[in-house]
Amino acid sequence: MSTEEIRAALAEIVNEVAGIPADSVQLDKSFSDDLDVDSLSMVEVVVEAEEKFGVTIPDDEVKNLKTVGDAVAYIERNRAA
Amino acid sequence: MSRTRVVVTGLGTTSPLGGDVASTWEGLLAGRSGVRPLGDMADGLPVKIGAPAAVDPTEVLDRVVARRLDRSSQLALVAALEAWADSGLDVVKEAGDLDGDRFGVAFASGIGGVHTLLSNHEVLLEKGPRRVSPISVPMLMANAPAATISLKLGARGPVNTPVSACASGNEAVSLAADQIRLGRVDVAIAGGTEAAIHPLPIAAFANMMALSKNEGDPTTVSRPFDVARDGFVLGEGAGALVLESLEHAQARGARIYAEILGTGITADAHDIAQPDPAGRGGARAIKAAVQDAGVVPTDIAHVNAHATSTPQGDVAESLMLHAILGSAANDLVVSATKSMTGHLLGGAGALEAVATVLAIHHRTAPPTINLDEQDERVELDVATKPRDLPLGDIAAINNSFGFGGANVAVVFGSPS
Repeated sequence: MSTEEIRAALAEIVNEVAGIPADSVQLDKSFSDDLDVDSLSMVEVVVEAEEKFGVTIPDDEVKNLKTVGDAVAYIERNRAA
Repeated sequence: MSRTRVVVTGLGTTSPLGGDVASTWEGLLAGRSGVRPLGDMADGLPVKIGAPAAVDPTEVLDRVVARRLDRSSQLALVAALEAWADSGLDVVKEAGDLDGDRFGVAFASGIGGVHTLLSNHEVLLEKGPRRVSPISVPMLMANAPAATISLKLGARGPVNTPVSACASGNEAVSLAADQIRLGRVDVAIAGGTEAAIHPLPIAAFANMMALSKNEGDPTTVSRPFDVARDGFVLGEGAGALVLESLEHAQARGARIYAEILGTGITADAHDIAQPDPAGRGGARAIKAAVQDAGVVPTDIAHVNAHATSTPQGDVAESLMLHAILGSAANDLVVSATKSMTGHLLGGAGALEAVATVLAIHHRTAPPTINLDEQDERVELDVATKPRDLPLGDIAAINNSFGFGGANVAVVFGSPS
């Protein structure tokens, strides 16, 4: 999957969970500050992303995923590993 | 100092007969049954019928709002929003003229978020603990419906969840009225909800021999007071009422449907599931409510009976009314609306409170369907067609009884 494909698939999850238009889920956007994804919704996004991308995102790692780009990069690194 | 008077200024429901008050009331007056086959979900179950909500709440609510709510809270929110708009308080709030600190909620469910609990249990078994929804606790907790309404409408006073099985909805009405009487709030939304049409509750209620096993035409199975009744039909939905102090309602020129004159709450201390066969606990609740209301038996023109269509309970209710109201029990018009809606458990008392208030407002008692041959032990004038109620000052009682021996009676009066 390309970076853009991962971003687009993640955007669909964010849309499903939080109702944020998929178009606005761009790499430079902060989940909490720009997209209004609250902490419980973020956990839902993480759990769905784990299933979708076949990765594990430990709770300790979730706090480092500030932006959509952080999450996409984490998924890229750990899918490859 | 005189007691604070409590009035009803808004009504809402989403029921087996319709997605709002107008369609539900029309269905009640038409004698329409909301009972139908449950389809595939009932495969292998001992009972294959129920009375689901006529309108799926996910069709009405915003998708993202709905996905974070158990079905019981979805139904509660739909009913509460209708009642809120009906009261006109939505406009008052928009104008910044509602004090959220003086606004409370008392909203009940008998069972809670059972769909969320069981669907997450399936996820746990099939996919493991990591896949259990992080929002399952706020979705399934008992106070989720009340909290959902508080959040949506900005109610920052007491937000209560009285739980008394099938009396819960009526107890919520009583509790909300108490909060206003005690001066804690000026406005409260009261009601009850239930969404328990799921194989597990159906199997459980069937195994305790509470549900009808009648396999005839589904619309004829819920038959309160009839000789052929053999148990209740599980229903689904919610009812909501906006209550206000009379002073608050008058100050804003609100339409007043009815007044809550008095309430009574008792327990049988007899059995966890069976009602006291003599109806003594229920009788004490009715007596307490009538005394609290300051009315005499001949003021009572109408009773919305609990009457679930069980062999014992329906007879006990007739005994209670006679024990407390004496010969006046012969002259009032009784309606058993569960004949059409099925039994909404924790939502029942609230939906029936809405029906009782509408009966006063429209001066019409709804019919009881499927009453082909009245049990001779039920010595009551049960309406089988819509019946006119007298003009002038009248009162009406809404009865609800629940497992655990809970008994709640609420006396409503025409506005004066």
